Amino acid sequence: MTGALSRYRICDFTGQLAGAGATKWIAAFGADVIRIEDPVMRGRWDILRAMPPFVDERRGEAFGGGFNNHNTDKKGITLNLRTEKGKEILRELVRVSDVVSENFAAGVLDKWGFGYEALKEMRPDVIYVSNCGFGHVGPYGQYKTWGPIVQAICGLTFTSGLPDEEPAGWGYSYMDHTGAMYMAIAILMALMHRERTGEGQWVDLACTEVGLTLHGPALLDWTINHRPTRRPGMPNGNRSLGSEMAPHGIFRCSGDDEWVAIVCRDEGDWCAFTGLVNEPWTQEAAFADIGARKANEDALEAHVTAWTRTRGKFDVQRALLDAGIPAAAVQKPGERIDQDPDTEGFDLWPSVVHSKMGEIRVDGLPVHLSKTDWRIERGGPCLGEHTEQVLTGLLGMSSGEVAALREEGVV
Amino acid sequence: MSALEGIRVIELSTDATAFAGKLLADMGADVILVEPPDGAAARRYPPFVDDEPGPERSLHWWHFNTSKRGITLDLSSDSGRNLLGDLIGDADVLIEGMAPDVRKALDFAALSTGNPGLVHAAITPYGVTSPRSAEPVTDLTILAGGGPVWSCGYDDHELPPIRGGGFQGYNTGAHYIVMSVLTALLSRFGSNEGQFIDVSLHAAANVTTEMASYHWLIQQSIVQRQTGRHAMEIETASTQVRSGDGRYVNTGVLPRTPREFAGLLRWIEDAGLRDEFPETVFIEMATQREHLDRSKIGEDDEIVAMFMAARDAMALLADRLPAKEFFLGAQRAGIPVGVVYSPEEAFEDEHFIARGFQHKVQHDDPDQTVRYPGAPYRFEKSAWRISRCAPHLGEHNEEVFAELSASAEP
Repeated sequence: MTGALSRYRICDFTGQLAGAGATKWIAAFGADVIRIEDPVMRGRWDILRAMPPFVDERRGEAFGGGFNNHNTDKKGITLNLRTEKGKEILRELVRVSDVVSENFAAGVLDKWGFGYEALKEMRPDVIYVSNCGFGHVGPYGQYKTWGPIVQAICGLTFTSGLPDEEPAGWGYSYMDHTGAMYMAIAILMALMHRERTGEGQWVDLACTEVGLTLHGPALLDWTINHRPTRRPGMPNGNRSLGSEMAPHGIFRCSGDDEWVAIVCRDEGDWCAFTGLVNEPWTQEAAFADIGARKANEDALEAHVTAWTRTRGKFDVQRALLDAGIPAAAVQKPGERIDQDPDTEGFDLWPSVVHSKMGEIRVDGLPVHLSKTDWRIERGGPCLGEHTEQVLTGLLGMSSGEVAALREEGVV
Repeated sequence: MSALEGIRVIELSTDATAFAGKLLADMGADVILVEPPDGAAARRYPPFVDDEPGPERSLHWWHFNTSKRGITLDLSSDSGRNLLGDLIGDADVLIEGMAPDVRKALDFAALSTGNPGLVHAAITPYGVTSPRSAEPVTDLTILAGGGPVWSCGYDDHELPPIRGGGFQGYNTGAHYIVMSVLTALLSRFGSNEGQFIDVSLHAAANVTTEMASYHWLIQQSIVQRQTGRHAMEIETASTQVRSGDGRYVNTGVLPRTPREFAGLLRWIEDAGLRDEFPETVFIEMATQREHLDRSKIGEDDEIVAMFMAARDAMALLADRLPAKEFFLGAQRAGIPVGVVYSPEEAFEDEHFIARGFQHKVQHDDPDQTVRYPGAPYRFEKSAWRISRCAPHLGEHNEEVFAELSASAEP
């Protein structure tokens, strides 16, 4: 099958998740994604290469579970860019690539002689997408970030929490996922532009800026109404943000650390809910309409919790959904991965074959295209796994030449 | 030239489609937003201009519908459906998040006959074929059922897990719509064929949880939520510290290289804390090492002392300095840390102002210039811009219907 993006080749310097997640999408739709790594650093451009989780007792740069998850269906080659021969091979590779992508700190590629101006000399219509915390331009251009730092800067950490508590933040690098999505969008948009005009271009992506765009209504409330999100009673992530709804929260259920989310969107949901609960407090004036329920939300939540905490979370979910009320058990990883027909049934967890670890399940993509769907089949490449294949097959070298380059420490 | 100039997108307005339509429209696509005659529900979502409700005053609506044209259609009537069919017949992309019964009644397959190039994206809670596809969801329930909520919250598990702010369940779904639509449009350059795209909000949340998913997939272990840092199987050291001005900073990954230790040493001296912090001597020792091998913790007592001194020095600096100064000082020393900003504090920060992130848009009713969040990416050649503010109800009916009849003439 020809993939949706089979016509494109990516010369890929991305790593971690914020970059690698972008080219995972591109590769899953059939593009030829060639990841370039450093033979001297043994792959340490990407710390996930040797990081847990591991499938067994083996350790080292071939066995990082996260790396495998984010780098499916890519090729991996090594190039020592300290050497002139290594640089020449990279130039040849850029000439036959549609896109050069990277998420190093600003200026790293330029220092090696592969900044955008240099790339354009190699290939005038090249697309160059850089992705870093603060972007390449601006006062913080030289500052470095990780996912949690991006989230702290852009407001996402602050808006996840409870009033009078410190910020809870996001318990994972949400902005690595999301930065990767915007990087993929940037690559795809730039390809659209090139298909229609023949022009390549540079896209400068700053993850902190991406994060800031994810709080639009709150920012307009600031610029127009001068109302800050840093104010008494805020944030309360579990309560309603837009329309006034109550109850709207996450409530304890029976069992160990078990919770359920419940939302009454309107009077219809509230009536159905009171019918279901069928306790005297639901008829109190304090909860008679949405204004009253918002004014007495602490008391309301205490009543709801008293009702949920003796019940199983999936029982509450079922009962409320049957009554037409939005509700969802806070699912633990095993529940949503192994026992949820709507992930398994969506083919969300494909198995890939990794050349050293064998068969492993990974994150799939949450979409299906009717004609050119994604395919995730091959595990992340071992360090330099495809060096010989790419240098001989794509750049026309002989196996002898590749062996000599290996001898010289170029690959 | 914008990347999507001349690409016609029909969006049937829902909470799940709005952001995708905006992302395409701000990149130059001609997005026609279709609302029912009494307006989309989101027109009634707060906050409102000056806190006065009204269908043209919702800031939620303003944000999520920039650069689009808006029309009203009664899709329960034959004439409404016929007009929708004409619009779809002429479009490159259709984005919708209709309930299953509505989708069935509209019969998109029939509406798009004669337009084999159409890219039709449906975004639904669980995918179009799920038995659960008619169940109600909201941003909170998507994020609770789909995994993100499990990982977010506090060390104290008596407190509930937390949903992050900003409608991220819907935002994530929208990102996947845009990626899918662009992928299908690129595919069309080779095949001239459009296709159907099935986007699941639940699936989108599920594969956006980093370690929570792949730790289970690989070793069947369950991460546990921890205050202000990654959920992990085991309890890790805190990385969120209260600063001298009572705010919070994220200390990130502590110094690991001799160069970072050298930056820290300079910073301690500049802040005048050297005398107060005798462990500075260990930091100085670290700057003289060639390598600092963390795997030697446990064998090399000096290494332990160095890393502990770095951690304590960062804590001391955070305690003494206002959050912003701590952030700037650490970053200038080459140590990646963050200040916990509220969204508006970040918006007003000099870095984003210098990058031109604040984007001014002229509104006519009421007449004012409004500062909007700007571009999420900077294209050298494809213009990103808010070409118009969110449409008034039925604002472009006349214009769009006139275009339709003009294109229908022989």
